[in-house]
Amino acid sequence: MAYALQQLINGVTLGMIYGLIAVGYTMVYGIIGMINFAHGDVFMVGAFLTLIGLTLLGGFGITSVPIALALAFIAAAAIAAVYGWTIERVAYRPLRGSFRLAPLISAIGMSIVLQNFVQVSQGARDLNLQPLIPGSIRLMNQGGFAVELSWMQVLISVVTLAILAVFTWLVTRTPLGRAMRACEQDLKMASLLGIDTDKTISLTFVIGAALATVAGLLFLLYYGSINFFIGFSAGIKAFTAAVLGGIGSLPGAVLGGLAIGLIESFWSGYASVPYKNVAAFSVLAIVLIFLPSGLLGRADVEKV
Amino acid sequence: MPALLRLEGVTAFYGAIQALKGVDLEVNQGEIVTLIGANGAGKSTLMMTICGTPRARHGSIRYDGQDITQLATHEIMRRGLAQSPEGRRIFPRMTVHENLLMGARGHKPAEAEAAMAEVFALFPRLKERLAQRGGTLSGGEQQMLAIGRALMSRPRLLLLDEPSLGLAPLVVRQIFGAIRELNRATGLTVLLVEQNAFQALRLAHRGYVLVNGAITMAGTGADLLARPEIRAAYLEGGH
Repeated sequence: MAYALQQLINGVTLGMIYGLIAVGYTMVYGIIGMINFAHGDVFMVGAFLTLIGLTLLGGFGITSVPIALALAFIAAAAIAAVYGWTIERVAYRPLRGSFRLAPLISAIGMSIVLQNFVQVSQGARDLNLQPLIPGSIRLMNQGGFAVELSWMQVLISVVTLAILAVFTWLVTRTPLGRAMRACEQDLKMASLLGIDTDKTISLTFVIGAALATVAGLLFLLYYGSINFFIGFSAGIKAFTAAVLGGIGSLPGAVLGGLAIGLIESFWSGYASVPYKNVAAFSVLAIVLIFLPSGLLGRADVEKV
Repeated sequence: MPALLRLEGVTAFYGAIQALKGVDLEVNQGEIVTLIGANGAGKSTLMMTICGTPRARHGSIRYDGQDITQLATHEIMRRGLAQSPEGRRIFPRMTVHENLLMGARGHKPAEAEAAMAEVFALFPRLKERLAQRGGTLSGGEQQMLAIGRALMSRPRLLLLDEPSLGLAPLVVRQIFGAIRELNRATGLTVLLVEQNAFQALRLAHRGYVLVNGAITMAGTGADLLARPEIRAAYLEGGH
C-alpha cells in the first residue's frame, strides 16, 4: 500500500513533466498539423540554458534560490523563445505548402543539429546541479517504508496544472487563441479575415519553446542531472503522451503524460525496469487501436 | 470620382495554368457589380486575386486610390475589404459566435457587439444558432454565417462569391434581399460573383461577363439582361 502510494506520487510527477512537454507538441500540431520533432531538443536546450544561467548567477554571488531561479528561467525562456522562432523561420516556414513529409524531415534534422550543438559545446557527460529545493513531507510510514512527497514534486504538479489552465484559457477565450484555431482550421480563410498567419504560427512556436524551457527547468531541478540526450527520450515520451491524449487537445496532452508517467512508474515498481518503455508504448498501441483519435481527441462529424 | 476598386490588365496563374488573362474591371463606391461566367471561367480566382492569394502576376489592383497589388493578404483585408469566399469556408470547429468574432478582428468588443447586432437583424437565424458549431449548420445557415462574418468587419467593399450555390430558392431570395437592403441602407459596395446570372443581373447596377479568364462584355444589369448572347449562354437552359 505504502509502496503503491509512493509509485503513484513518482508516476504523477513524471507524468506532469511529460505532459508539459506534450503541450508544446500538441499546440504546434494543432496549428499547422506538423509534429515538431525538434521540440524535445528545445526542452533539452532549455534545461542547459537554465543550468548555465544558475551557474552564472552563482558566480555573481546571487544565491537566493527563488531570485536565482526566476532570473535564470526568464533568461532561458527568452533565449529559447528566440530559438523556437528561428527554427520555425529557418527550417519550417520555407517548406510550408510543400509535401507533408518535408517539414517532418526538416524537424528531425533540426533535432540532430540541436543535439550535436549541445554535445559539442557542453560535452557529452552528465552535468549536475545540487538540489535547490530540498525537503519533503512524510505522508505515512508502514513497516519501515516511508512515503515521501517532496516539495519539488508538489512544485512540478502545481506549475504544470497552472500552465494547463492558463493555456486552455488562452486558446479558448482570447483573440490570439481564436486566431490560432482559425489558422489550424483554414489558413487561407484566416488571412482573408486579416490575420497575419505567419506571425500567429511564429508566436505558437515561441510559446511552445518557452513551455519546453519550463519543463527543462523542472527536469533539471528534479533529477539534478542533464545531458545532451535527454531531449530525445523525453521528447519521444511526450510525443507519445500527446498522441495518447489526443493530439491537438491541451488537457489531453497532460492526461496522456500522466498515463505514460504512471505506467512507467508502476511497471518499474512491480514488474521490470528495463521493460518500462515496452509497457508504455504497448498501452499506446492498444489505446490507438480502440480510440484512434486518442483519449480526448476529436472525432467530429462535419457537414460539407 | 475615382473607382473604389480598379483592376488593370490583371493576370494570375495557378502553377503553369493562366487563370486570368488581363482583366480590367472597376467598382465604384455604392455600386453592386456582378461578375457572371461559366464554371471555370476564373470568377473565384479573380475574387481571390483581389485579396492577394494568388498574387496578380501582371497588371495593377488599386483600392481606394492605393496600389494593393503587392500587399500581403492580411494587409489588404485590413483596409476595409471583406470576402465571403467560394465554398463558404466557415470554421467548422468554432461556434457561430466565434466565427462571427473572427470577422471583427482588431475591433473593440463594443464595436464587435454592435456589428453582431446588425448581422442578427439581417439573419435572425444566426442568433438562434449562436452556440452551435459552424460545421453542424445547414448549407443555408453556413452561407448566412459566411456573409455575416464578412460583414462583421463593417467593410466598405464586400466580395461575395456564389452566395446562392446549393441553396433553396427561398433562402437565395432572402440572401439577395439582404444584399440589396445593405446596399441601399448603408451604401455598401458589393462585387458579386454568381452562376445564377438572371438574379444577379437584376440585382446589380452593372455587370461583367468573364470567359476563359478575360472580360468579354460589360454593361448595366438591364443592358446585359437584354442581350441575346447573354440570354443564350447564361440565362436559358436551367438557370
